[in-house]
Amino acid sequence: MNQINATFKIERPNFNLDINLDLPIQGVSALFGPSGSGKTTCLRAMAGLEKLPNSYFAIGGTVWQDSQKGIFVPPHQREIGYVFQEASLFAHLNVRENLNFGYRRIAATAKKIHFNTICHLLALTSLLDRAPTSLSGGERQRVAIARALLTSPKLLLMDEPLSALDHALKSEVLPYLEELHQALSIPIIYVSHSANEVARLADYIAIIDRGRLVQSGALSKVMLDCNAGHIFNGQRSCLFYTVVSAYQDKYLTELIANNIRFLVPKIEVEVNSTVRCQINAKDVSLCLSRPVDTSICNILAVTISCIEETNISGDSIITLEVAPQQYLLANISNSSIQRLQLAIGIKLWAQIKSVVIL
Amino acid sequence: MPDLSVIWLTLKLATIVTLILLTLATPLAWWLSQTQSKLKPIVGSLCTLPMVLPPTVLGFYLLLLLGPNSPIGQFSIFIGLGSLPFSFLGIAIACAVHTLPFVVQPLQNAFAAFGKRPLEVAATLRASPFETFYLVALPLAKPGFFTAAIMGFCHTIGEFGVVLMIGGNIPGQTRVLSVEIYNHVEAMEYEQAHWLAGGMILVSFIGLLFIYCINYQTKKQFNINTQPKDKHDKRLVATNRQIA
Repeated sequence: MNQINATFKIERPNFNLDINLDLPIQGVSALFGPSGSGKTTCLRAMAGLEKLPNSYFAIGGTVWQDSQKGIFVPPHQREIGYVFQEASLFAHLNVRENLNFGYRRIAATAKKIHFNTICHLLALTSLLDRAPTSLSGGERQRVAIARALLTSPKLLLMDEPLSALDHALKSEVLPYLEELHQALSIPIIYVSHSANEVARLADYIAIIDRGRLVQSGALSKVMLDCNAGHIFNGQRSCLFYTVVSAYQDKYLTELIANNIRFLVPKIEVEVNSTVRCQINAKDVSLCLSRPVDTSICNILAVTISCIEETNISGDSIITLEVAPQQYLLANISNSSIQRLQLAIGIKLWAQIKSVVIL
Repeated sequence: MPDLSVIWLTLKLATIVTLILLTLATPLAWWLSQTQSKLKPIVGSLCTLPMVLPPTVLGFYLLLLLGPNSPIGQFSIFIGLGSLPFSFLGIAIACAVHTLPFVVQPLQNAFAAFGKRPLEVAATLRASPFETFYLVALPLAKPGFFTAAIMGFCHTIGEFGVVLMIGGNIPGQTRVLSVEIYNHVEAMEYEQAHWLAGGMILVSFIGLLFIYCINYQTKKQFNINTQPKDKHDKRLVATNRQIA
């Protein structure tokens, strides 16, 4: 039972929800879908803020709701942290008091996350005596995240925590979220309609549309799926989880994933830290022989494992196996496929024009 | 100079009525602001009824309800409080009934103003419903309590019809300021009437000024999210309506 299991059902005149979710109990699981698809309702039901009939929710064997057995644990007795869309800090308390609100309610022995640690991680130490009104949007959201984490939750629920922030503030908060993800082993369920945030943060994705689960699985797998294209704004891409292996010179960094080597422009992280890379299908081209006189640094030996036509006429997406269970997508025109006589099983070379560091 | 015992009696009445009402109206207003019960419109209307009824109608029925032949009147005599009509306790109860909406409404508005979100946040931070009420709802509604207390106090000071119906005009017992002003005017003692009437205008004005200042300050202090902004405005509008 090392899973999060959820079954939620509502039948309302203008809204139907019928969802069965099995999410891993580690890492970040994204509930992804357009607004009005029922993601937030699911999240609220997980927290117990919404009491849905005929529903079930359990985490790692601890049942928080089982309508058949009449079990419903009220929200304040569930070990969850919840970050709302707006920071929702208590206006009558300063930052320190906001943070302490949940923290002091937790038994000393149950405290796994400590005040100073989290203030340091989210850079809140200098804000502690400020009033919520005097904070910027990004600072407020960081306080809200810290406040939720200080209850040492078994599960952190985040409802589009970045959607109320503009682009600059988003990029201010995102690195903190990534750091949390790596530093704390709390499973996170993250509701979002931004493909960008999902690609950056999620390990697992559940795609929801009009109250139904459309697709779910590990993000790197789902992104390879031909149905996944419409989610990422029609842009197909694939993910690589890499480790920084060396700095070649002042300007280049070497990344390794499953013995696959990438050279990318210098990034400011330490050797051995993990970096998530996204490679757009449009940035990959194919050669039958190993190109030698090319400016492109990242050239991989690959095997074609699948060719599918895209909605855009004249183009196809080719799935290339780089290593066992590690795939690359290439967006190639049909005329090139015919000219090079590409077919499943053919071995060839992929040139990668650019790698997006997430 | 005005009769100081009249002023003292009036202040005593207003203080007691305000305290009784804050105690009773807080849970009532909280319930009204949170409930989805079908009873809500009925209870809400009943709580507002004293505001729109003529004091004579209210006084008439209260007189019957509190009279020595009614169950309440008999109970009061039984436990040794004596007959309620034409007594201080009687007018205190009557004033409390008449002033109830003026205390419930600002509290209910204050509880509704911050929405469900802070309460949900508190629940996800492991606060029980009582802790949520005590640590979040009450502090956030603090300005509403000032408004409610001042409205309750001023309205009771200004009580005339109901006091006359229930309490009559007994010195030291039921002769409050508004009744005394009436007496002075009846007796053509305009100078004394001026002292009392002018004083009441001044006290009421200062009270209302205080409410407005608090509302303005709160608006500045709590104006974090875009959401509560208009709700605080609503609170001001609500206060306006009650004053009018």
